[in-house]
Amino acid sequence: MTTELIVAGFGGQGVLLFGKFLALSGLKEEKEVVWIPSYGPEMRGGTCNCTVVVSDDPIGSPIIDAPNTVVVMNKPSLTKFGPRVSSDGLLLINSSLIDTTSDRTDIKIETVPANEIALELGNGRAANMVALGAYIALTKAVKFDTVLDVIRESFAKKKEFIDLNLAAAKRGYELAS
Amino acid sequence: MAKVLMKGNEALAEAAIMAGCKLFFGYPITPQNEIPEYLSRRLPQVDGGCYLQAESEVAAANMLYGAAGVGERVLTSSSGPGISLMSEGLSYIAGAQLPVVVVNMVRGGPGLGGILPAQSDYYQATRGLGHGDFRVLVLAPSTVQEAADLVMDAFDLADKYRSPVMVLGDGLIGQMMEPVEFKKKEKVELPPKTWAATGYKGDRERSIINSLYLDPLELEENSWRLKARYDAMGRDELRWELTNCEGDYDVLITAYGSTARICKTVIETLKKQGISVGLFRPITLFPYPYKQLRDAAQKAKTVFCVEMSTGQMLDDVKLALEGSRPTQFYGRTGGIIPTPDEIIGQIEKILKGEEVDKR
Repeated sequence: MTTELIVAGFGGQGVLLFGKFLALSGLKEEKEVVWIPSYGPEMRGGTCNCTVVVSDDPIGSPIIDAPNTVVVMNKPSLTKFGPRVSSDGLLLINSSLIDTTSDRTDIKIETVPANEIALELGNGRAANMVALGAYIALTKAVKFDTVLDVIRESFAKKKEFIDLNLAAAKRGYELAS
Repeated sequence: MAKVLMKGNEALAEAAIMAGCKLFFGYPITPQNEIPEYLSRRLPQVDGGCYLQAESEVAAANMLYGAAGVGERVLTSSSGPGISLMSEGLSYIAGAQLPVVVVNMVRGGPGLGGILPAQSDYYQATRGLGHGDFRVLVLAPSTVQEAADLVMDAFDLADKYRSPVMVLGDGLIGQMMEPVEFKKKEKVELPPKTWAATGYKGDRERSIINSLYLDPLELEENSWRLKARYDAMGRDELRWELTNCEGDYDVLITAYGSTARICKTVIETLKKQGISVGLFRPITLFPYPYKQLRDAAQKAKTVFCVEMSTGQMLDDVKLALEGSRPTQFYGRTGGIIPTPDEIIGQIEKILKGEEVDKR
């Protein structure tokens, strides 16, 4: 199985971390992984995205024309990346910040109110983890337990964030399951 | 050692430390800044380690000269515009027969260009790194793992040939994260650095590090000595990789670095359509595996060179083929990375006997 992901949003929404946690989870499961950020001249608050590939086979091109999954955390990202989802692919929309959807009929479209849930849990900044939880439930790209382990390990030096991020990922996962 | 997820730039920096490099001199430039960033944190933890941000690339190159002159393993990294500034110093280093490792994470040029990946410094790396009769051994990784492995080898090769060695990546290799395993390298037997200027105490001949030869016969001697080393590299150090070259194919792709891995996806996709295409990936760009490419091209009707430039390696491809096969070229540059679909479209044209698009 090969999962290709573009996750996109505003700078600061944690989309690079979303991608990195997926890549780290893939690595933990001894899969082939690659993570590439969009880097370039960007202004603060500008758009940001990364591409992740998780595969059972060696990964050739890290550049993906039409990924089979796309997660959009804000509206400009929906406009930019919605059309690029491959046929039969998945588009996951953060409905907290995006009040529209894609008119495509050849893909699966799902929504998650990531910011609202994160705020309910006490910190809006965990919206990326809510979306990650939902994404894992929808794609089964890696095991959810692996993601939880990665969250625990990655925040080992900032223990106060572990519970929040775990709770956020779990809520997202439950909602989308 | 377990695999860790790292950016190419960081993996390469850690690999340099594992290869025994304790000294880094450089000046910031995108897209290689994670190398100095990482080393500024790590080198002070290494016994005798020193990270120094120079006031300019010109200064950094001359710091390399000094450090290599006393026999230390030393690294610098930069990108196109910075490498241009270092070229005077690198020529002196080559003339004085000093081993250094230089990383170029190529960005689009010429001039200040852009900060996105390109392969437009191929000529600079393989032909025009500085004035005078010299070349440097050039290694081109296409994965993060290979970048780490090649940097470790680069230090041994530099010492073996008393020559600068360049690792030529691009912004994609530098910025991408992939799993990497730092393999403990077997120790390579290298000649002792008896030439190093470590302080004269009367117990050996004086060591003089110099690239000035006013006697033309001596200078000629030095140039032929360097040439003999390049010939030895061409005999003993060639590296290349063949993909899908066991069976028959009408088209043989040649590509290196990031572009080569994009072409691997092209090959897999075409395979599913019943079309077999081979890939020749040079890993040493100087010396270039000419004969190996010529051999691989024998089964092909056309050799198709793909680069992130307007066509630089293409010259070496033509030199390798000696007119034995027609070539076609497709290039994107300026920071544009060709997509697999784009390349497949061009191969379909070649198979129909048409010319590929200009870009």
